[in-house]
Amino acid sequence: MAWDFSSDRPIYAQLVEQVQLRIVSGIYPAGNKLPSVRDLAAEASVNPNTMQRALAQLETDGLIFSQRTSGRFVTDKEETIMELKTSLAHSVICEFLTKMERLGFSREEAAELVRQADTKEKGEIA
Amino acid sequence: MEPILQCSSLCKNYSGKEALKGIDLEIERGRIVGLLGPNGSGKSTLMKLCNGLLTPTAGSILISGMQPGVETKKIVSYLPERTYLNDWMCVNDLLTTFEDFYEDFDKARALDMMQRLNINTSARLRTMSKGTKEKVQLILVMSRRAELYLLDEPIGGVDPAARDYILNTIISNYDENATVILSTHLIADVEQILDEVVFISNGSLVLHTTVDEIREHEGASVDSYFREVFKC
Repeated sequence: MAWDFSSDRPIYAQLVEQVQLRIVSGIYPAGNKLPSVRDLAAEASVNPNTMQRALAQLETDGLIFSQRTSGRFVTDKEETIMELKTSLAHSVICEFLTKMERLGFSREEAAELVRQADTKEKGEIA
Repeated sequence: MEPILQCSSLCKNYSGKEALKGIDLEIERGRIVGLLGPNGSGKSTLMKLCNGLLTPTAGSILISGMQPGVETKKIVSYLPERTYLNDWMCVNDLLTTFEDFYEDFDKARALDMMQRLNINTSARLRTMSKGTKEKVQLILVMSRRAELYLLDEPIGGVDPAARDYILNTIISNYDENATVILSTHLIADVEQILDEVVFISNGSLVLHTTVDEIREHEGASVDSYFREVFKC
């Protein structure tokens, strides 16, 4: 997964989202150690202080925790991760529905299109 | 610890022309700072004052609490806008010179970076392209374990791939207590690695803030904000 940033929003906020995404998708699995701030900053090509700030935010949110000597870890509470996953899914759905509305589809029509697309995709795979 | 750089009411005149008109600026340690401004705004003048290459007309400038001089040169690593290196020297000669000259020069690190960028260390500077020369100089400067790095237009002539490598070198190799101040027009390329930006215009300080502060309040990248502020 590449680190991508849009140019009109704070970098730190985007880092928070991208680390969240990596945790939810299991790139950084629950309970596992995170790379060091410096390594993460180098990987994302961002300033280490900005990365530090993003991690501090995630720590406040309870998604990661630090152990004084051994670094930072992803929370081992599966329900916290699931909660985040659900809330991220909700934002994706809201965005989708807004776009569909702009195209002139009602919620039911949009839902129907999703079902159709899903069957079609499964058919293609099979 | 004292701030690495303090300027108060710093003025510099060149035979009647005011290059800097009373700059008040304080830069902390452990920061990567972009010094941004249109052509002729005073960026290089400020950097030269930091190095004692120029003396202030009025006001004061302190590096780690000291006036620029022999002691500050030990802790400041400067990349000037124009080269001062002898072009008949090859990279190996330059490495030896830097090793002799600066106690904090890390030759192994310099050699490693030269290799990564495929620079032939037995080639003379004269025979190199503009971009390669720039890379060599930047590597020499970044291979010192300095407290303050002053980079005047460090990436202007290098290709985008090498630019990425250099910017990554800056963020991964610099010491947590060291500060990097770099001036550039390639704002979009560097803004991700900056903590703070300093805008100067016509010899005056216009703005000193953080990158995320600008993005948050202006809803624009530093690059687009710069274009807006300095629109011609």
